[in-house]
Amino acid sequence: MGRRTVGANGEPRALATETQTETKGHSLGALARRPETGSFIGFVVVFIFFAALGGPVFMGAPGWSSWLNIAAEVGIIALPVGLLMISGEFDFSVGSVVPASSMMTAMLAGHYDLPALVAICGGLCVGTAIGLVNGLLVTRTTIPSLIVTIGVMFAVMGLTLGFAVLIKGSTSVSYVPDPTTKFLLGQFINNMFNVAILWWLGFAALFFYVLHISPIGNWIFAIGGDRESARNAGIPSNRVTIGLFIASGFCAAFVGVVQVMTYQQAQVAGGQAFIFNSIMCVVIGGVLLTGGAGSIIGILLGTMTFAVVNQGVFFAALDPNVGSIIVGALLLAAVLSNDTFRALALSAATKKA
Amino acid sequence: MSDKTPVLEMRGLDKSFGPIDVLHDISLKVHEGEVLCLLGDNGAGKSTLIKTLSGVYQPTRGEMWMDGKPVSFANPREAQNMGIATLHQFGGTYPLMSIGRNFFAGVEPTKGFGPFKAFDRAKANRIAVEEVQKMGITRITDGDRLVGGLSGGERQSLAIARAVYFGARVLILDEPTAALGVKQAAHVLRIVKEAKRRGLAVIFITHQVMHAMAVGDHFAVLIRGAIAADFRKGEKTREEIADLMAGGESMADLEANIEGYMETRDGHPPPPAH
Repeated sequence: MGRRTVGANGEPRALATETQTETKGHSLGALARRPETGSFIGFVVVFIFFAALGGPVFMGAPGWSSWLNIAAEVGIIALPVGLLMISGEFDFSVGSVVPASSMMTAMLAGHYDLPALVAICGGLCVGTAIGLVNGLLVTRTTIPSLIVTIGVMFAVMGLTLGFAVLIKGSTSVSYVPDPTTKFLLGQFINNMFNVAILWWLGFAALFFYVLHISPIGNWIFAIGGDRESARNAGIPSNRVTIGLFIASGFCAAFVGVVQVMTYQQAQVAGGQAFIFNSIMCVVIGGVLLTGGAGSIIGILLGTMTFAVVNQGVFFAALDPNVGSIIVGALLLAAVLSNDTFRALALSAATKKA
Repeated sequence: MSDKTPVLEMRGLDKSFGPIDVLHDISLKVHEGEVLCLLGDNGAGKSTLIKTLSGVYQPTRGEMWMDGKPVSFANPREAQNMGIATLHQFGGTYPLMSIGRNFFAGVEPTKGFGPFKAFDRAKANRIAVEEVQKMGITRITDGDRLVGGLSGGERQSLAIARAVYFGARVLILDEPTAALGVKQAAHVLRIVKEAKRRGLAVIFITHQVMHAMAVGDHFAVLIRGAIAADFRKGEKTREEIADLMAGGESMADLEANIEGYMETRDGHPPPPAH
């Protein structure tokens, strides 16, 4: 877009250089206003709590690996789900994309004996296609994404079960991956750390670039902040939304593939937990439920907090029901504290000059 | 001024939705450095007219001319590219984004090469603060501040500064002062004057006669989709304009009616007429 200088008389250009000299550094106050602060404090508190209860086992490799493995699986899904939430949309369909893609992969490789690469592509295509359907339905109709993706979730769940029974006559398919595939997607490093942790960090770096460095990140925030204005500003909001749904379908499918390679089996059920867990991670991480605010670091911290609670309960020898109570309380506390920090960030801007 | 070619001119614009005529034979023009105030009660067709001007709707009949050439906009983007910027109340700003990010939403400055483009935050913040200050908002000095922390008037000003920076020639302001307090509204009116001084053609939509009279050069009153009056600054008094907006019914008569009713009924106001 070409800029045109309007105004007959030349405006004083020197004004700008002077005002810019007083940019402030990274003070403590500025740190407190960062969106991740609430999630970071939450993570530290939760970690210390379970470290104290769980003792050296939790602090050692077994403890770390157990919660990191959980964090990696839900984290890969939480990243795109978080981006979608920032743009003001929900994706509940991830819960059925995970089993659908793992079923597709196991079916192609285990039942039809196709090469692993073909099977993996097949699995990922399932997720991508479901994401595309979600995106098209959300952008072409006026149905809220919450409803669209719940509908799609049930449809995919039914299709997965139907095809599994039709083709295999069973609700589970097993597949033993070749060593290379296993090494890349389903290996336990030191027999403890799932290789998915590295994939999770890779995805995090990618999404960090998209949201915080590339201009597309600005579009995502703008769409979540005010869709109408974003469209008026020339942001291709529909294309961004469809892209994000495809990303979340792809990532959920990726987790499905990883599950096949790790557990050497695909089940038609068993993805439902990802729906609420991914949303929980994202919200604990400080993403605004109504869109327009959030960060990748926050989502990572939220995921880690969730995973620590989820696994810490076992190490601390607590009743699993107590664990659920803690997760519930944590969610409420996280939302409250994130709201507080957001209000702080807003009020800091209104101080009288 | 009237001997120059108007920046934007409407010639006999009609707009109907199916059998319902919303706009009827609208002919208006606005010149550079001039503020055209569109006045009208709710439902008079103001928003339809704005949407037609900004490319959301296409006129059923009639023409739009820019700089003496007929134009037509298939969508809002085309209108924008021709330099028509439409600002709705608080529209165009995102409360939880920084001033710099707000300013460049959709047209982000980037650095880097190839597919790895990075949003140039420093540049965005610098230009945003510079442009907003040029519009007279000196309180904004930090482009990293969140827009939600600004006052309503400052947010409006940011949106106007943005439109001006990106080459707007016609600024359509939809009720920019409606939800603002007296001070904040005065703030926005100052910005409107600044935009006018810089040679923009401003179409200012309002139903607050005082605000219109403070900045307007040219006034048009819309009643039920038609122009009921078209006059220049100083040709009509405030009372006359208010009467026109109320649909020809004199405000003074209305007030007298209500007062008479209240006197005879222990101070109860009359039930609303339908």
